[in-house]
Amino acid sequence: MTGVAGERAYADLAFVQRAPIGALPPPLAMRGPWGWLRANLFSSAFNIVLTVVMLALIVWIGKSTIDFLFIDAVWVGHDRTACMASEQRPHVGACWPFVWERLNYFTYGSYPIPQRWRVDVFFAMLAIGVAWLLWLEAPRRDLGALYFFVVLPVCSFILLSGAPALGLETVDTSLWGGVLVTVVVSTVGIVVSLPLGIVLALGRRSRMPAVRLFSVIFIEFVRGVPLITVLFMASVMLPLFVPEDLTPDKLLRALIGIALFASAYMAEVVRAGLQAIPRGQYEAATALGLKFWPQMGLVILPQALRVTIPNIVNTTIGLFKDTTLVFIVGIFDLLRTIEVARIDPKWATPVTSPTGYAVAALFYWVFCYAMARYARHMELRLSAGQERR
Amino acid sequence: MKRIASILALAVVLAVALAAQSASAQTLKTVKDRGMLNCGSNGTLAGFGLPDAQGKWAGLDVDFCRAVAAAIFNDPAKVKFVALTAKDRFTALQSGEVDLLARNTTWTSSRDTSLGLNFTGVNYYDGQGFMVRKALKVNSALELAGASVCVQQGTTTELNLADYFNAHKMQLKTVTFATADEAIKAYDAGRCDAYTTDASGLYAERLRLANAGDSIILPDIISKEPLGPAVRHGDDQWFDIVKWVHFAMINAEELNITSKTISDALKSDNPEIKRLVGADGNFGEQLGLTKDWVVRIVKHVGNYGEAFERNVGQGSSLKISRGLNALWNKGGIQYAPPVR
Repeated sequence: MTGVAGERAYADLAFVQRAPIGALPPPLAMRGPWGWLRANLFSSAFNIVLTVVMLALIVWIGKSTIDFLFIDAVWVGHDRTACMASEQRPHVGACWPFVWERLNYFTYGSYPIPQRWRVDVFFAMLAIGVAWLLWLEAPRRDLGALYFFVVLPVCSFILLSGAPALGLETVDTSLWGGVLVTVVVSTVGIVVSLPLGIVLALGRRSRMPAVRLFSVIFIEFVRGVPLITVLFMASVMLPLFVPEDLTPDKLLRALIGIALFASAYMAEVVRAGLQAIPRGQYEAATALGLKFWPQMGLVILPQALRVTIPNIVNTTIGLFKDTTLVFIVGIFDLLRTIEVARIDPKWATPVTSPTGYAVAALFYWVFCYAMARYARHMELRLSAGQERR
Repeated sequence: MKRIASILALAVVLAVALAAQSASAQTLKTVKDRGMLNCGSNGTLAGFGLPDAQGKWAGLDVDFCRAVAAAIFNDPAKVKFVALTAKDRFTALQSGEVDLLARNTTWTSSRDTSLGLNFTGVNYYDGQGFMVRKALKVNSALELAGASVCVQQGTTTELNLADYFNAHKMQLKTVTFATADEAIKAYDAGRCDAYTTDASGLYAERLRLANAGDSIILPDIISKEPLGPAVRHGDDQWFDIVKWVHFAMINAEELNITSKTISDALKSDNPEIKRLVGADGNFGEQLGLTKDWVVRIVKHVGNYGEAFERNVGQGSSLKISRGLNALWNKGGIQYAPPVR
C-alpha cells in the first residue's frame, strides 16, 4: 500500500555515482620512504640480511674514517710531538699540521720559492684552457682550441722551464715536483695520446702495407711491454747510447715514454670504435664523393668516437694514475713528494703515513671522478639521437 | 718485476762498466764549464738526502756534494741533485749523468772493481743493528736467543741476521715483511720482540713508533756497511779531488776549525792549520783547485763533525751518536791523511 510512495521515497534517497571514485592511496607500507625501503632494501629475507650487513659495514668503515680524518685529528702543531699519542690523548687521528706545512712542497716540489708564481700562472692558464675547451656553450671555442693546443704548450714551456731572454731564469726539471709534475705529465699524456691514437688506429686499418705494418708493430710492441719497463729503459739505457751532452732531460724522457705508451692503448680503443661502424656508413660516405680524410672526419670518426667514450675515459683515468710510475726514474710526482715527506723525521709518527696517503687518495679521486662525470655528461648529450641510455 | 729490473740493471751496468772506463777523463773541466756539479743522491733517506718543507735538499750525503761544489765554485748552491734509486745509481754515474755518486752506497770489492767505481772514502760507517723493547731487559744482541725478529724480506739484512744467529748458535724466529714500513708496523704492534735494519735507519724508524721511549737500540753492530761517495774509473784527478774534500772536512774537525772559527784559523800560527787553510804551501793548486779550497768548504758547509751533528747527530731529530764515526783520537775510526 505504501509501495509506490515508498519507492518514490527510495528513489529520492537514491545516490547514483556518476564519476569514478579516485583511487585510494596505496597502503602506508607501500609508499613514501617506508615503501621505498621495503621495495628496495627489505624485499626478501636475503635482501634483509644483505642490507643489514652492508649497513653495518658502512657504519663501521664510515665511523672509523670520520674519526680518523676529523674527530680525532690533530689540527694545529709545529712538529711530531703534536701528533704523538699521549695519556691525555690516547687516540690520534690524521696529522693535518704535517699536511699544512708540506702543502707547498706537495704542490711545487723543489721549484725555487721566488719563482713559484710561474707555476701558479701555469695552473691558471691550464684551468682556463680546459674550461674553454670542455664547456660546450663557451664563446669562440675555435679560439679555445687554438689556445689550448698551440698557445698553452708554448707559453707553459717558456713559463715553467724559463727563458733567460725574457728575464725568466731557467728552472731545471729536476726541481719540478708534486702536483705540478702530475698535472704536466698527465696533461701531455692525455693530449698527445688521443690524436696519435686515432692516427695509429686508422693506420692499422689502412690499405697501405707500410703504414699498416708500422702501426701494427708500434702498437703491439709498446702494448707488450710494461710501462715500468719503458720508463726504466728510458732512464737507464738511453743515456748509455747517446753522448752525455745530448742526453734528453729526465722529465722529457718520461713524458715521451708515457705519451707513446698511452697512444698505443688509445689506438686499440679507437679501433674498436671504427670496427663498430657498419660498412654501409663507409659506402654511403664514398657514394657522396668524400675522399678519405673528409670521410673519416665527417662521417666515421664522429660516430666511432661517440661509441668509444667510456673506453677513452677509462684509458685516460688509467693514464692519470699511471703517472705515479715516474717515480721510478727519480721524478718527484705528487705521490712521491708525499712518500718523501712522510719519511721526514720532523713529522715521524705512526699517523703521518696514513695522513699523507689520505691526501693522495683524495686528490686522485677528485680528478678521476671529475673526468668520469664529464664523460658521462658527454655520452648522454651525444646519444640523444639514439636514446642509448 | 723488481727482480727482473734489478737483474737487467746489473747486466747493463756490467756491460757498460768496461766501455765507460775511457769516459771523459776531464770531469773537473766539464764541471767547471757547466758551472754546476751533478750529484747523484738519495732523495728519500732521512739524515742522508731528503727534501725539506721548502723543497731544499738536506742530509749528510747532500752536504758532501755541497762541499765539493764549494771547493770548486766557492758556492755550495752550484749543485744539481739527481734523485737516484738503488737500481739506476751506478749507470747514472757511468753514463756521465752525474759526476759524483753520494747516495749511501756500501763500499764493496765488486762495486769497486767490476762496476768501474772508485770509492773515495767512508763518510758514514753504518752496520746492521737491533731495536728491542725496553721491557725485554736485553742489553746485547747476544741475549736475543729465541727472540722473534721483524725484518724486511729479500734484503742482505735478512741474510746477515740468519748468519749472526747461526754463528752464535742461537735460535731465531724471523717474521718477514715485503717492505720496511710493514716490518716496523708489526714491531710496533708487538708481533715481534726486535726489529733489525741498518743502524742509521733504526733511529729514523724509532721516531715512527707509537711509543718511541719504550724501545732501545742495542749497541751491537752485526755487519759492516761502510757508506761512501764514489766516482767513475778513469779520472784520477777527479778521484783525488773528491777524496780530499772528505779528508779536508775530517782534518778540519781534528784541528777544531769550524764554520764559525774559520776566520780565526786563517790567522793561526799552527803549521798544520796554516797548511790546511792554504796560508802555507800550494796544496789546493796541486789538486787542480785554489789555495783556499779548505776555507771554502768549511766556510760554506762546515767540517765533518758539523755536517754530522746537523744532519744525523744531536742537532737533528735522529740523534745518532758518533760511535764509529767519531774521530780516530776520540774513540771512532774516522781518520784522514794529513795535508802536506
